Amino acid sequence: MIVRARGLERRFGEKRALRSLDLDLGERDCLVVTGPNGSGKSTLLALLAGLLAPTRGELEVSAARGSIGFLAHEPLVYRELTALENLELYGRLYRVRERRERIGMLLERYGLWDARHERVSAYSRGMVQRLALCRALLHGPRLLLLDEPFSSLDAAGAEVLDAELAALAGERALVLATHEPERVRPLATLDLALA
Amino acid sequence: MSAYLGDVVVLARKDLLLELRARDTVPAMLLFVVSALVVFRFSLPAEASDLAAVGLLWIAVVFTALLGLTRAFAAEREQRLLDGLVLAPCDRSAIWLAKSASVLAFLVLAEAIALPAFALFFAPVGWETVAAFALADLGIAAVGTLLAAMAAASRARELLLPLLFLPLVIPIVVGGVGASVQADPGRYLAFLGLYDLVFAILAWASFEYVVTE
Amino acid sequence: MSLRNNAGPAAALGAFAFLLGGVALAFYWVPDDADQGFSQRIFYIHVPVALTAYACFGWGAWKALRLLWTRDQRYDLESYTAVHMGVIFGVLTLVTGSIWAKISWGVWWSWSEQQLVLFLVLFLFYSAYFMLRYSTDPGPRRASMSAVYALFGVVLIPVSFLAIRLAENFIHPVVFTRDGPQMEGTMFLTFCVCLAGVLALATALYQTELAGKRLDERLRELREALA
Repeated sequence: MIVRARGLERRFGEKRALRSLDLDLGERDCLVVTGPNGSGKSTLLALLAGLLAPTRGELEVSAARGSIGFLAHEPLVYRELTALENLELYGRLYRVRERRERIGMLLERYGLWDARHERVSAYSRGMVQRLALCRALLHGPRLLLLDEPFSSLDAAGAEVLDAELAALAGERALVLATHEPERVRPLATLDLALA
Repeated sequence: MSAYLGDVVVLARKDLLLELRARDTVPAMLLFVVSALVVFRFSLPAEASDLAAVGLLWIAVVFTALLGLTRAFAAEREQRLLDGLVLAPCDRSAIWLAKSASVLAFLVLAEAIALPAFALFFAPVGWETVAAFALADLGIAAVGTLLAAMAAASRARELLLPLLFLPLVIPIVVGGVGASVQADPGRYLAFLGLYDLVFAILAWASFEYVVTE
Repeated sequence: MSLRNNAGPAAALGAFAFLLGGVALAFYWVPDDADQGFSQRIFYIHVPVALTAYACFGWGAWKALRLLWTRDQRYDLESYTAVHMGVIFGVLTLVTGSIWAKISWGVWWSWSEQQLVLFLVLFLFYSAYFMLRYSTDPGPRRASMSAVYALFGVVLIPVSFLAIRLAENFIHPVVFTRDGPQMEGTMFLTFCVCLAGVLALATALYQTELAGKRLDERLRELREALA
């Protein structure tokens, strides 16, 4: 088990964002989390990433901080840096081996290679999302947490991501929070519908 | 250890690069500190001594530092980027140290303009004052960066930082003005050194708690 | 978590007894001060109140340290309540000190009163503590930020004290010197009784506020459970 949660609960002040959740996630599981806006999908991912602490309940994540990949609602990249500079920064902080090759390969795969020297502020939303995905995948995480990974991706970008996820499923632990569960249904080994 | 310093260098270089690109903090600090000195010129009656002017120089620098500190986490705050840094496997205090270093660099730049301007407008500046500013900058950067991270996580943000910062900066002003105007600056400089040491250790050890849950 | 505790009422009784005794001793037993005469008796309230404020800030910082150490959220409320008490007694120190300054020097405020200046700095510092809490959403992040700030507070006390000493010349009559209290036996005893009284009062207030806040919390939880 890479994630084990019992009675997990998180509040923001008076508001309860997540209520008594039990969860067991294996090393090779793919969990698809669905639910309407405000049902706690992002809260759950932030809890698993270690950004938030549970208000109540137990949560064990047996992946070190450096082996978790997190695609948040925000892209978590600097707008005034180029794509290459952003990935270089994170690559160094995450101590990625063969950094240059890995970054080049990801930028190529997500169609950002030609724009690698442009600042992120000049990117379209779809390109920012692609870069955010590169950032989350950069260090080859054991546990990958993706919050609405398909949002603002065009058809080509979505296809690349489909292939990426298909390759990772069964290899790594995946948690996907999404509005379009049909797209990733074939990969899912676990389902969680939050209300 | 070398990995830690490597993280600090990478993060600090990123801050300097961002400032070089956006240029939204240092020019504002430079203009502010000169404007403040000019305003002070008109706030001092003719009989006021140069000693009073030295006190105002310190106030100008403290407020300039405050201006820079409110911008210190601007890039991180807008996009919740601090989350991205906090998730990285590096020690969280490296984030503080890197940010303090860039704040320090900006502050030193502002003083490189402020001290000659003061000498031009008011009175010459002695080595004691320069030494006092060097020591004071360390304390301001160390404490200010931690408080800026706190303020960035609150709703009040820019409004909160001066309230948190000013009571903590009083000892620095005492040490700095004392070193600048007293006959024996040694004890005041030693006091500033003590302040730096104590608060730098405290800020270094506690930064992690400010950016994580 | 038990809401019932006997420490509060016991402390309240103690505060009542000691304060009554202390005031009686201060007014009827202690001789007039050689320099300042009758009015010096405000010393028996002013100094214990000031020391109690320090004790509250120290207690708040200790609870803050426990919070950071264990990440146990219940310490947040305890730390906050202690700091709150500290501010109340700090304001009382400012008021009594100001009255003393008026009687001794004829002015309400004197920058050469180091203790008063220090309490003014601390008052500003801890007011910012409340601003920090009010402008941050409740939760673990606010708890740890408040704790860090409370820890800065106890470090700031000696540093500010040193700063104020460096900044001022000394004309305030210092009753305590480095050689220990220069008080006669009667004065020292009265002082100790008053100190015990004010400390007990702070404890009683602390326990009461804490119990009230915990009750609020329980009530909210019950209401949520029912909803």
